[in-house]
Amino acid sequence: MSTVSWITVRGLFGRRRFLLLLPLPVLLVTLAVLARGLGVAPADWGPPVLVGLGLAVVLPVVALIVGTGVLGAEIDDGTVVHVLTTPLPRWQIVLPKLAVAAGVTAVTVAVPLFAAGLLADSVRLGVALVLAASAGALAYSALFVAASLLTRRPVLLGLVYVLIWEGLLSNVISGTRVLSIQHYVIALADRLAPTDLLGTTVSVSVAAVMTALIIIAFTLLAVNRLRSFSVAGETS
Amino acid sequence: MTTTNTAAPAATATSTLDLAGVSRWYGNVVAVNNVSMSLGAGVTGLLGPNGAGKTTLLHMMAGFLAPSRGEVTLDGRPTWRNPEVYRRLGLVSEREAVHSFLTAYEFVLATAKLHRLPDPPAAARRAIDLVEMADAQDRRIGTYSKGMRQRTRVAAALVHDPQVLLLDEPFNGMDPRQRLHMMELLHALGDEGRTILFSSHILEEVEQVSGTVQVMVAGRLAASGDFRTIRRLMTNRPHVFAIRSTDDRALAVALMAEASVTGVELGRDGLTVRAGDYGAFTRVLPKVALARGVRVRHLIPEDESLESVFSYLVEA
Repeated sequence: MSTVSWITVRGLFGRRRFLLLLPLPVLLVTLAVLARGLGVAPADWGPPVLVGLGLAVVLPVVALIVGTGVLGAEIDDGTVVHVLTTPLPRWQIVLPKLAVAAGVTAVTVAVPLFAAGLLADSVRLGVALVLAASAGALAYSALFVAASLLTRRPVLLGLVYVLIWEGLLSNVISGTRVLSIQHYVIALADRLAPTDLLGTTVSVSVAAVMTALIIIAFTLLAVNRLRSFSVAGETS
Repeated sequence: MTTTNTAAPAATATSTLDLAGVSRWYGNVVAVNNVSMSLGAGVTGLLGPNGAGKTTLLHMMAGFLAPSRGEVTLDGRPTWRNPEVYRRLGLVSEREAVHSFLTAYEFVLATAKLHRLPDPPAAARRAIDLVEMADAQDRRIGTYSKGMRQRTRVAAALVHDPQVLLLDEPFNGMDPRQRLHMMELLHALGDEGRTILFSSHILEEVEQVSGTVQVMVAGRLAASGDFRTIRRLMTNRPHVFAIRSTDDRALAVALMAEASVTGVELGRDGLTVRAGDYGAFTRVLPKVALARGVRVRHLIPEDESLESVFSYLVEA
C-alpha cells in the first residue's frame, strides 16, 4: 500500500464520519431479509429495495461520504498541505485516493447488494449487482473526488447530483439518464444477470462507454485541479 | 589509501528565492502589491501587522497560490504548479492541521516516504531529534499541546533537509523554553547556509531571531534589509539617543549649538538628544565632550529597536 493510500485509509477510518456508512447497508439487508421472511413476492419488493434503495441511495450516498472524505476532508482541515509539500506528481496523490474511495465504497455496498440480490433472485443477480456497483463506485468516486477540488461544498454538490439529477430528473426526463451513473449501474447489472427486477432504459454499450468516460474525465480533472491547488489567503 | 566521508551532506549549495513584481488580488482587494525581493542564505523575518499580506506572500513563495502578476522562483524555477521545488523547500504553514490520528514518528516517517528519501526511518528520527520530540514521538498527535504539534510540523518540514524553509508564525503556541529552542534551531539552520524565512507580527520574536527583515505594510514591501540600517536611512525621523555624562547640563548646552542636533531634553536620568543626522552626530559627540571636559558614561540609541522602525514604517 502506498504512503498516500495508507494515510488516506487511516484518515478515513479515524474520523467519526465513517460511522455514517453503516446505517444504509444495514437497512438494505434488513428490508431484504424482512421481505423474504414475510413471503412477499420478489417482483413486489425487488425493484424498490434493489434499485430504489440499493442502487439509487445506498451506492451513491456511500460513494459521496467516502469520495468527499478521502480528499475533501483533508482540504477542509488543511492536512492536505502535508501531502502536497512533497515532490510527488499530483496523479500519484489522486490515483491512490481514488482507489481507496472506490475500494471502500465497493466493499461497503457489495455485501448488502449481494445479500439482497441473492434473496430476491439468485447468486447470479447478487454477483451482477456487486460487479456493476463496483464499476459505479469507481465512477461516483471519480466524480466526488473531482468535486472536492472544484468546490468548497462537495457534499452539497454531490447531493444535488444524486438527489436532484439522478433521483428526480432522470425519472421524469428520460434524456437525462444518459448522464446518470445510477442508470449505467442498472444497465450493467441487468446485462450480467437479465431479470425483470431491474428495469433499464440505457443500453449496455452507452452505460459501459459513459462509465469509462466519467472515470477518465473526472480523474484527469482532479489531477489538473490538484496541480493548481491554492490555499486560501488569510490576510485579506 | 583515502577514505570518503559518506555522512549526510551539510547544506552547502545555497538556494535563492526570488520574487519579481509579485502582486496578488482577490476581486477588488489587493492583498500583495508589487513586491520584489531576493532571499538568500540566512534567517529573514517577514514582519507586518495582521492583514498586511504576509501569509498570502508566503503561500505564493511556497507554490500554494498563483501570483496575479509577477513571478516567484526558487533557483530560477517557478514555485507555482511545480512540485519539484519541494525537494529543496519546506513549509510550516500557520494552520495547525496535522493528522491527529498518527503519532509524530508515523507522521514524519510518512512525510519522509512521500519525499522518497533513501532511508526514511533514519531521516524521521533525525528530524524528530532536531525538534526535541523523541520522548513523545510514539504518542498520537491528537494528544499533543499546541507547541508540540508545531514542533512536529517543523520536523516534517525538515525531514528532507530542505535548502529553503518557510515558516508562517512558527512561535505561535510555544512556551518560552520551546520558543527559545526554536529560535536557536532557526539560527543554526541559517548558519548552515539555508534560506530561512519566518513570518511574525510579534516584534520581539523577529528581533531576537533575525536582524534582516522584510516589512510588509498594507500589502506592500515597506522596507527590506537589516532593521538598524533601515532605521538609519529614515533621515526624516530624528534619531533619539539617551546620554548620561559627568556634566549633563554642560553637554546639553554644547550639543544645542551643533547643526546635527535638533533637540535636547535634560532629565533626572540624563539627556535625551534628537539628532537629524546619525553619522554627523556620532562623529561630533566625542569632540564636543572632549572640548568641554565632559566624560560620556552612557550612550544608547533609543529608537533603533525593531519596534521603533516598525512603528515608523506603519505610521508613514
